[in-house]
Amino acid sequence: MSLAHRIIPCLDTDGERVVKGVNFVNLRDAGDPAALAARYNIEGADELVVLDIAASRDHRPTFLETIRRVAAELAIPLTAGGGVANVDEGRAILRAGADKLTVNTAAIRNPALLTELAAEFGSQAVVLAIDAKRVGDRWEAFVRGGSVPTGMDAVAWARQGVDCGAGEILITSMDKDGTRSGFDCPLTAAISRAVSVPVIASGGADTPETFLEVFGEGRADAALAASIFHDSIQGLGALKQFLGERGISVRQSG
Amino acid sequence: MNIALVEYGAGNLPSVERALKGLGVESRRASTPEALVGCDALILPGVGHFGALMRSLGERSLVAPLREAVSRGTPLLGICLGLQAMFATSDEAPGDAGLDLFPQKVSALPPVDRLPHMGWNQLRRTRPSKLLEGVPKDAYFYFAHTYAALDAGEAAVAFCDHCASFVAVLEQGNVFATQFHPEKSGPVGAQILSNFVRHASGKR
Repeated sequence: MSLAHRIIPCLDTDGERVVKGVNFVNLRDAGDPAALAARYNIEGADELVVLDIAASRDHRPTFLETIRRVAAELAIPLTAGGGVANVDEGRAILRAGADKLTVNTAAIRNPALLTELAAEFGSQAVVLAIDAKRVGDRWEAFVRGGSVPTGMDAVAWARQGVDCGAGEILITSMDKDGTRSGFDCPLTAAISRAVSVPVIASGGADTPETFLEVFGEGRADAALAASIFHDSIQGLGALKQFLGERGISVRQSG
Repeated sequence: MNIALVEYGAGNLPSVERALKGLGVESRRASTPEALVGCDALILPGVGHFGALMRSLGERSLVAPLREAVSRGTPLLGICLGLQAMFATSDEAPGDAGLDLFPQKVSALPPVDRLPHMGWNQLRRTRPSKLLEGVPKDAYFYFAHTYAALDAGEAAVAFCDHCASFVAVLEQGNVFATQFHPEKSGPVGAQILSNFVRHASGKR
């Protein structure tokens, strides 16, 4: 009996439709979020993440409606985010049906936001999302959808974010995102060693072996992927069976 | 079947409502003392902070009516923080009294493993359970918490192990509770809610 490693499909949306790019650019349409959510709920996803990667203020009502539509399809936890800048926006996302919210750019600008969100909704509802890219011998945190470098060390930022109140870290490797070349295990392991909260690895998912690696040497508690699931390259059931047979604790049934 | 969800300004009512609807059970929200009277069963969902929950219940004058409903024999299901609220006190808010349906306290889990305890875990059953009827022994349930009741005496029917052994399911007379979220636990979670509803309707 032990806590299962989670497999988390991610829906990157432009507020309304699911989109997917490579290395954070070249976005293409990948389907209806509610339809994908319904599919993953049945196929045995352990959780779902839905992000507004456009995160423009004008589209926020559309994204909240997307969260409502997605939540209505789920009997599993839902995490949502993208552009959350204050407690009121966080509340709107949770009220729309999310169980947890992600914060990224606004938390780097103002780490106290994590403390405010945790005080209001509990740490278990606050996921700090970090987009990191290898720069020399370390990883640097980027903001605004990976377009703006911050000069901050991603590992140190993760540690600070947890001290401020984040209850989970979603670490995305910008070097690996969309490349299907395997997760960034050194990055994920460095974050995982630095913090006491669960760590979700993101970016680079491909074969079942890449999940085995990120749960092993990458020390991840959960692994997130998008295109391999959206495009039916990898089935959730087969992936979990593969991992279970190799001694990784996973929730087998749907 | 008249099920009321206790509404106190927080908690994840819509997901519980949806899960019940999936079972063909309509529910209503109860946020006043009057609304707690005359229902066949009560559900106390919970997400967030023990102190905030108890203060919200207090501001709505719901603490005594909830305890009275339990004394009258109305079936009550607590979920997550709703389980914790049934205890006398919690480390999370040392100054705030709980509903005190159980005399023990809620403790901070010791940080020997990752916290919050976040994700899907299995149960260790110690006594026969109405809520777990028909649920496979190795089923996984969704947890998201940092505090837990380590002991509930005879009321504890199943435990979970993460950082410590803690009460995952408790049942005593008409009082039921789960530390995990049945409304977020897929088909086995729906089975738990269905068992509660079936038991509650048998009590009418």
